[in-house]
Amino acid sequence: MQLIYEKSVDGRTGVRIPLSDVPKAAPFPQRLRRREAPLLPEVSELDLVRHYTNLSRKNFSVDTNFYPLGSCTMKYNAKIMEDVAALFAGCHPMLALIPGGERLVQGPLSLIHGLEQQLAEITGMDEVTTQPLAGAHGEMTGIMVIAAYHKARGEKRRYVIVPDSSHGTNPASAAMAGYEIVTIPTAPYGDMDLDAYRAAMNGEVAAVMMTCPNTLGLFNPYVAEICAIAHAAGALTYYDGANLNAIMGKVRPGDVGFDVIHVNLHKTFGTPHGGGGPGSGPVGVKEALIPYLPTPRVVKKHDGSFSVEAHPEGIGRVSDFFGNFGIMARAFAYITLLGGEGLIEVSEQAVLNANYMMARLKGEYDLPFDTTCMHECVFSASRQVKNGVHAIDIAKYLIDRGFHPPTVYFPLNVKEAIMIEPTETESKQTMDAFIAVMLEAAQVAKSDPAALHDAPVHTPVGRLDETRAARAQQVCCEQ
Amino acid sequence: MGYSPNTPEDIREMLAVIGAGSVEELFAPIPGELRAKSFQLPAGMSEFELWAVMREKAAAGGAEITPFIGGGIYDHIIPAAVGHLASRAEFYTAYTPYQPECSQGTLQALFEYQTAICRLTGLEASNGSLYDGGTAAAEAALMALRVTGRHSIVLDASVNPLHRGVVCEYLASVSAHVEQVDPKGCASDLERLMASITGETAAVMVQNPNFFGSVEDFSALAAKAHEQGALLIASCYPIALGLVLSPGEMGADIAVGEGQSLGNTLSFGGPYFGFIATRKRFIRNLPGRIVGETIDRQGRRGYVLTLQAREQHIKRHKATSNICSNQSLCALRGLMFTAALGKQGFQDLASLNFDKAEYAKSRLAGIEGVSVLNAGATFNEFTVSLGREAAPVVQSLLASGIAAGVPLGEYYPGMDHALVVTVTEKRTRSEIDRLAALVEEALCN
Repeated sequence: MQLIYEKSVDGRTGVRIPLSDVPKAAPFPQRLRRREAPLLPEVSELDLVRHYTNLSRKNFSVDTNFYPLGSCTMKYNAKIMEDVAALFAGCHPMLALIPGGERLVQGPLSLIHGLEQQLAEITGMDEVTTQPLAGAHGEMTGIMVIAAYHKARGEKRRYVIVPDSSHGTNPASAAMAGYEIVTIPTAPYGDMDLDAYRAAMNGEVAAVMMTCPNTLGLFNPYVAEICAIAHAAGALTYYDGANLNAIMGKVRPGDVGFDVIHVNLHKTFGTPHGGGGPGSGPVGVKEALIPYLPTPRVVKKHDGSFSVEAHPEGIGRVSDFFGNFGIMARAFAYITLLGGEGLIEVSEQAVLNANYMMARLKGEYDLPFDTTCMHECVFSASRQVKNGVHAIDIAKYLIDRGFHPPTVYFPLNVKEAIMIEPTETESKQTMDAFIAVMLEAAQVAKSDPAALHDAPVHTPVGRLDETRAARAQQVCCEQ
Repeated sequence: MGYSPNTPEDIREMLAVIGAGSVEELFAPIPGELRAKSFQLPAGMSEFELWAVMREKAAAGGAEITPFIGGGIYDHIIPAAVGHLASRAEFYTAYTPYQPECSQGTLQALFEYQTAICRLTGLEASNGSLYDGGTAAAEAALMALRVTGRHSIVLDASVNPLHRGVVCEYLASVSAHVEQVDPKGCASDLERLMASITGETAAVMVQNPNFFGSVEDFSALAAKAHEQGALLIASCYPIALGLVLSPGEMGADIAVGEGQSLGNTLSFGGPYFGFIATRKRFIRNLPGRIVGETIDRQGRRGYVLTLQAREQHIKRHKATSNICSNQSLCALRGLMFTAALGKQGFQDLASLNFDKAEYAKSRLAGIEGVSVLNAGATFNEFTVSLGREAAPVVQSLLASGIAAGVPLGEYYPGMDHALVVTVTEKRTRSEIDRLAALVEEALCN
């Protein structure tokens, strides 16, 4: 399909802008004036609409296809959340920051405070900030808060511990917050090696970052012990909430011994993934860390009104305003609509669906850790590799059959990983259809491996040459 | 209650396949002592009852106030087509395009978005978006440290103070040095900025138009930075790029900015998007996702995520940034906005903003006791002195439904009398006249 720039016709105009109702000003100074006009496309409104409508049809999405992308929690995004979030479209954030403006934005401020309280109860933390704009941003913020805590105690610790099964964002975020990384290998039972962890823990460690259930979809039974070992050394514990969808109402990270957490509103709390964002990554902390949360804070006053207050001991700003408010509004609405019982049902059905998937597929696919899983299960295509078929080939076959593939080649500690997260919003019938194609792929891998190497063939393009892209570095239209 | 479709019969059948007696049994791997100690949330409700809860909050959101405030976030027109197209579920319910064959919609759109950002900024390479204006500025500073191998940034204090806050927080975390240079009146202190650049400076960061609305030419500063082996980072306001010198034309090495003005609603602080663009030779130092063009086995053109070896999922702690989810959908709105207005419309919009603000400037300047503090040209924002403390005046005008501007006292010590006034194309002549009348009235009291 042509690029919008290739559809441009000189002199064609699109959307008309308003007429001026003020006198023409004296000309803008020539020396400050742009020398060359920006070459934006010249298309009609219909050209525009048809272009992007047709482009959208080249995507798989939750609304069009089962999308069991492990670790991403691609649940259904209820339409009502889009509508209620749009109610706030006209609210200017600077209004909250000018003198006397707070009283005009009590609604959004009360929503922020309400969401913080909901998340604190769900996770067992004492206070929450909604400022971080995505999961990784939450991780970085959380580690900055931890750094500020240690600094206030006159300690300068150097290391953050992460398991090798962690998301890449964990070590990357800790590095951006100024720490060196210590990576702990996975033990044969599928979680961080306790002995190696114990050996790595010392007074130079600022924190350990854990995802629980971990990226294999397994709940680590030693998690309380891991926290205790950290605390004994004066280190803090960080909970990556990527997999919170598995445990709502069952486990609260704060009860287990975690000091700092982030949650991904775009995973657990049903906000859309937007083709790669916007997300939202609120951070929760235990009482001892409240002073170090980023500035400003939304505070509920004695008279029940809300104010925006500087948080002088805290780390500075990590984003410009109060977070991705539109996403927060959707999550607040989601939690309000589902209620406590509804959230428990979410986790129960997510875990049920994942275990069903695991039970149905483990006959044909290797299951490195054959035990009850939480909200996702991780297979390996190592059996298929013997016939020259890799995880990527199975993924591409699924595309041809109308399913978005699971996450492949992650986590890194499983060879040829296929990570399936059905989520609670998928029916048994949808999963059965997916399972049938997965089983079919396993058969084709034995009978006609070449067929899998050619997949996909029913898509707008086939397998793309990534090496060529990296070499050419063509990242914008040069026409 | 929620959105789970499983019937009791489905659940029975699935449990039988799993070999479990109950759903609760699946949670057996969690030791009893780790179970939740509390989970006190109210009962749920239907979407029809939810409307009332949300309407009540939105009604107290200040949307009825006429905004002459900006601070990086501006009340601009948004063509209806932008909202409708970005609301295509195929766009907004997809995720990061890891599987390019079934994500060409998102990938091509992001490639087009990167093109729009390159063309607006006059630079050569962009990425699939960053979080917001402040974090984009911070990422640009970190990028300059990587490019130059140096540890110090010279930061013009006429850059948006909210953005500076984020930049300082990010740079403090990696123990980099930030030297802030105070403005001279409402303009950058070019002499001091130049004098602050040394052989240790990774970059000098400026904003155009700056927080006071002043437009400047930073070409000489760019040349001076380059002489010292440093980069120039220019934060810019995308609507202004329809009229004012682009970062590329001024010799900037990295351009960043807040993208909200391009088709994104105010929404009380987000979601918006940050943008970044640079020279092609620095592409490997860019943070975040980049879409590149390639071909498939049959030679058909297609788009993929490229240069991923910079990113956290591969490089982990050695990545150029930790960013994973970005603001893709907001960037998509930005792209659609630029395409809806087109080459001429975009320039006309910038001119209209200029004309409206000049009109407001002349109206306010005509009030006794009010003076314009910008010495040179401004674009859709300008700074006035009210001859007395600005904060109480702004506060009193809120009662009349007008947010008259952002008082500067909180951000710039000694500027208690100053007010930054924002005027976009959406402000009508009668709204501007009313602002002037109310300010005049307030100053008479």
